[in-house]
Amino acid sequence: MSDSGPQIPGIFSGLWATARRDLLLAWKRPGDVLNPLFFFAMVCTLFPLAIGPSPEQLEFIGPGVLWVAALLSTLLSLNSLFLGDFEDGSLDQLLVSPQPLPVLALGKTLAHWLTSGLPLVLVSPILAVTYRMPASVVPVMMLTLLLGTISLSLLGSIGAALTVGLHRGTALLSLLILPLAMPVLLLGANTVSLAAGNDIYTTGVWALGAYAIASLSLAPYATAAALRISNE
Amino acid sequence: MWKFFHRLASPPHFYRLAAVFAPWFALPALVLIAYGVYAGLFLAPMDYQQGDAFRIIYVHVPSAYLSIMAYMIMAISGGIGLIWRMKLAHAVAAAAAPLGAAFTFLALVTGSIWGRPMWGTWWEWGDPRLTSELILLFLYFGYMALRGAIDDTAKADKASAVLALVGVVNVVIVHYSVEWWSSLHQGQTLLKEGGPAMDPGMLYPLLAMILGFTFLFGSLLLRRVRTEVLFRERRTRWVREMILSPEGS
Repeated sequence: MSDSGPQIPGIFSGLWATARRDLLLAWKRPGDVLNPLFFFAMVCTLFPLAIGPSPEQLEFIGPGVLWVAALLSTLLSLNSLFLGDFEDGSLDQLLVSPQPLPVLALGKTLAHWLTSGLPLVLVSPILAVTYRMPASVVPVMMLTLLLGTISLSLLGSIGAALTVGLHRGTALLSLLILPLAMPVLLLGANTVSLAAGNDIYTTGVWALGAYAIASLSLAPYATAAALRISNE
Repeated sequence: MWKFFHRLASPPHFYRLAAVFAPWFALPALVLIAYGVYAGLFLAPMDYQQGDAFRIIYVHVPSAYLSIMAYMIMAISGGIGLIWRMKLAHAVAAAAAPLGAAFTFLALVTGSIWGRPMWGTWWEWGDPRLTSELILLFLYFGYMALRGAIDDTAKADKASAVLALVGVVNVVIVHYSVEWWSSLHQGQTLLKEGGPAMDPGMLYPLLAMILGFTFLFGSLLLRRVRTEVLFRERRTRWVREMILSPEGS
């Protein structure tokens, strides 16, 4: 990637190079980005079909449904986070690279969030409107989803690193990540519900932010350790 | 001092030592649980609010406490195994997981049975401890599933240790977030923080049960670790020699 020699590029160029590569790959295969989004929209469609179109009911369950759908759709895209690199051997290159592995793992996770979490945040208002969410609540929901999907991508990267190269990986990944992700879901969905009920919701937002920062600083190390273990 | 630890880490030595220690855990467990069951069911006075239904705490509280304890043991020994590459520590973690899951399950079932007369329902989502305990059970399931999915034992040990350590951080967050969540949806549940002052006649059997369950857990854990060590070392010489020797185990 860079010119050979004793000069090693700084960690930010390592971070950016891994992120850029994954973003380019996603750009070449837009289906990988769009499929989780369609899944998100479809799960949100299932609930009105299953429980009926009553507006009060939809308004009541809206925040929860959107959050559960976002969680499931993030899970769906996590499986492929390291799989392609594992299969074509570029993961080995990352492991032997002189760059610190946590930073490279963070770069891949960043790309994953930009291609899965961020689109979810941007699409969510459209679905929120169909659930009759008040316009004043929509920004709160987007903010919680923004902070929450960062945490979910980071948590998920640990799970994806632990299960990379295993057969039956997908179901196992969900089994590992869902219990870890429950606090995020709980904080996110309830914060939106509080905002919808004109209640004080800032506690939840701060807690989500704290969770995102904590996982941002800790998860890459766990992911790197897991990647090394999975590729021994 | 260090020599003792180094010897402890050697599988054949531990295997023999565990056989010596296991009865010393089993015997106090038997005595304490026998006393706790008798005193808890027959001697302890009836609760003025809950009647006889409260007596299930003699199983529920020790199980709930052990469900956390087992997870801590699992995570700490996993961490020891990762850091100092101690094979025995991984065997302890592997042996602790199903025990912990069993105690978690027991705590959930007894909590649910207690909830039937108290809350009028088998399951109350509003109770934060019940919900945290359920998430803890899922964490155990994930841990055991990961272990089961990786064929290479050394790899399974390390991967599951990472998961257990991530889980430990999360257990705390789960606890507080669930508490916050339930405080939104209903007032305090029947049991308040710290609980009402307990009659000594109720308290002593409970303490005996907690201590007895701890000894029971210790004895079961030692036995499971022995089996685990034997299975992991099945291709080594000492196992073969021990099995072929006339004294057997």
